[in-house]
Amino acid sequence: MTQPVSPPRDSSTDKVPPAQPPAWRGTLARADVRTLSLLGVLAVLILIGGITKPDAFLDTRNLQLVLTQASVIGVVTVGMTFVIVSGGIDLSVGAIVALASVWATTVATQEYGFAGILFTAVVVGVGCGLVNGVLIAYGAMVPFIATLAMLASARGLALQITDGKTQIVTVQSVLDLGERDAYVLGVPPLVLVFAVVTVIGWLVLNRTTFGRRTVAVGGNPEAARLAGIDVRRQRLYLYLLSGLCCGIAAFLLIVLAGSGQNTNGNLYELDAIAAAIIGGTLLTGGRGTITGSVLGVLIFTTITNLFALNNLQTDVQQIAKGAIIVAAVLVQRRTASTT
Amino acid sequence: MTEITSRRGLLFGAAAVSAGALLTGCTSNEPSDAKDEPAGNDQPAADDKPGKQVTIGFAGPQADHGWLNAINDNAKKRAEKYSDVTLEITEGSNDTAQQIGQIETLINKKVDVLVVLPADGKALTQVGLKAMRAGIPVVNLDRIFNTPQAYRCWIGGDNYGMGLNAGHYIGEKLKGKSNARVIELAGLDNLELTKQRTQGFDDALKNYPNIRKVARQAAEFTVESGQAKMAQLLQAQSKFDALWNHDDDQGVGALRAIEQAGRDDFLMVGGAGALSAFQAIKQDDGVLKATVLYPPTMAASAIDLARALGQGEGIGGMAEFEIPASITLYSAVVDKTNVDQYMPTGFR
Repeated sequence: MTQPVSPPRDSSTDKVPPAQPPAWRGTLARADVRTLSLLGVLAVLILIGGITKPDAFLDTRNLQLVLTQASVIGVVTVGMTFVIVSGGIDLSVGAIVALASVWATTVATQEYGFAGILFTAVVVGVGCGLVNGVLIAYGAMVPFIATLAMLASARGLALQITDGKTQIVTVQSVLDLGERDAYVLGVPPLVLVFAVVTVIGWLVLNRTTFGRRTVAVGGNPEAARLAGIDVRRQRLYLYLLSGLCCGIAAFLLIVLAGSGQNTNGNLYELDAIAAAIIGGTLLTGGRGTITGSVLGVLIFTTITNLFALNNLQTDVQQIAKGAIIVAAVLVQRRTASTT
Repeated sequence: MTEITSRRGLLFGAAAVSAGALLTGCTSNEPSDAKDEPAGNDQPAADDKPGKQVTIGFAGPQADHGWLNAINDNAKKRAEKYSDVTLEITEGSNDTAQQIGQIETLINKKVDVLVVLPADGKALTQVGLKAMRAGIPVVNLDRIFNTPQAYRCWIGGDNYGMGLNAGHYIGEKLKGKSNARVIELAGLDNLELTKQRTQGFDDALKNYPNIRKVARQAAEFTVESGQAKMAQLLQAQSKFDALWNHDDDQGVGALRAIEQAGRDDFLMVGGAGALSAFQAIKQDDGVLKATVLYPPTMAASAIDLARALGQGEGIGGMAEFEIPASITLYSAVVDKTNVDQYMPTGFR
């Protein structure tokens, strides 16, 4: 949104003023510093992994594993990034993933095979997103409250559907998607979906009117309205988008875990928000990048992987995770604030 | 008046029970060893001839997990079996404050006996004391209150025993194998029971100097966490001989991860007793060879005990006039040899 302000030049010493760099280059440079600092954090983590567990960590299978585990939460985070950039929040993502996954794995749905499960997961996700969007955009509810209500009711409904039971998937074509022989050139299909969602998300946010409107609504809703943007409709679409991402993520989780359970997607809301924030998205809206969020997710997943490979216990993991989040944000602030 | 009735009831009950005990002693062909009895048998612990009407208040957990759901099911089904039992059931809750409120409601309704599976045993001690002071005997199910004053009888599983028996089973299987390596996929580390299961496992392994535990990771009792943690454990440990997984629900995810990694070079022992685990053990075409029980049938037994308390009876087959103060279930190991016997108790 904001253009970089060039520093006041001292005309006496600076005889020949350099050509003003084009505006896009400033934006790019600023984004690059952020991205680079995140890549730096990731590189440090990879270095630690390479030193502590060289054979297990720097291994193709481990790379596949890390990316697969990042896929489910990654897709959710892409949707979450849009919502946060628009100045909103979606606390219901984990609950929507749970509801979509249990609905899609009920015995009735499994009768329709692969398509039935995929369709149900996506429809339930979009449906929940629609409810969120209508409540927030047209019911004038605060996103925090509306999605908190969705969190509670979607989890409740998921529990009601499963009756606390684990719904095991028996549709072989769905399970096959998570097996190793389904890999395309060594890339698990789940990771491909994650990559496609990321690229589409990046294009939509950076290269479309929809993306510009999202940033505008998050930066200053009143100005956006005066500029002729239908702010309410935009908000509706954004929560729909987040719901859609949750539906896709629920399907990925079904493939990965081979089952639907009402505890699925536990604390995804916090993980997705944390990844977006680490990735440089402003919680107040108006700024954020898909690249940053995805790097945030990868940082988290790599940390978890490092912990497991080095057999760290839960208490140590939690303390270290907290410390690393703080460190990552501080490093990022330091490098990003200068531009 | 009520006191006289109950005392008389107690005397009659005691007489009936001891007579019953005598008869059983003379005629029964049942094996005397309790652990050999089928866990799913429909023989109630107490005399099941209809007696005095008893209203039992049941405050259970929120059934967000296969085992907890089976607890609620077992309690309800057993209560329905008795024509002389009315079950007052509250909505399950994992929230301490809410559960305290629910139990207080049951106290105010003046139920005859309370069966409580607390979300948190320590946190609910006070309300247990309150019920006991109000003259309502409490059967404390599984998660134990802080003081014996807060319950008349405790019945529950043996977490330490689970670990112990899992460790012994693995120890015997790996006997003679030098430098054997085992790993542990634990449950939710925030829970005390997880630490107890690990302690039992470690203590058992001390008997087998050829075995070393090389890794332990905690999951969250969910399929999703089981898959995620197991996938990483498999990556970290390229070679090991046995795995103990604390919970069959997260075991669904763990087995998925094992299948995805294409590993079958070790034996796995589960925990709890889910139907899917029993089926896998019976089929015997994967790594899962056994599971250590933590039977949800304890809820049915708790209803039996509550009824016996309400009617002032003891337990059939025992010499005592009163029901015991505490009963710890046995964490039997179910493997291919005895899985058919336990199949009916498997929970989904």
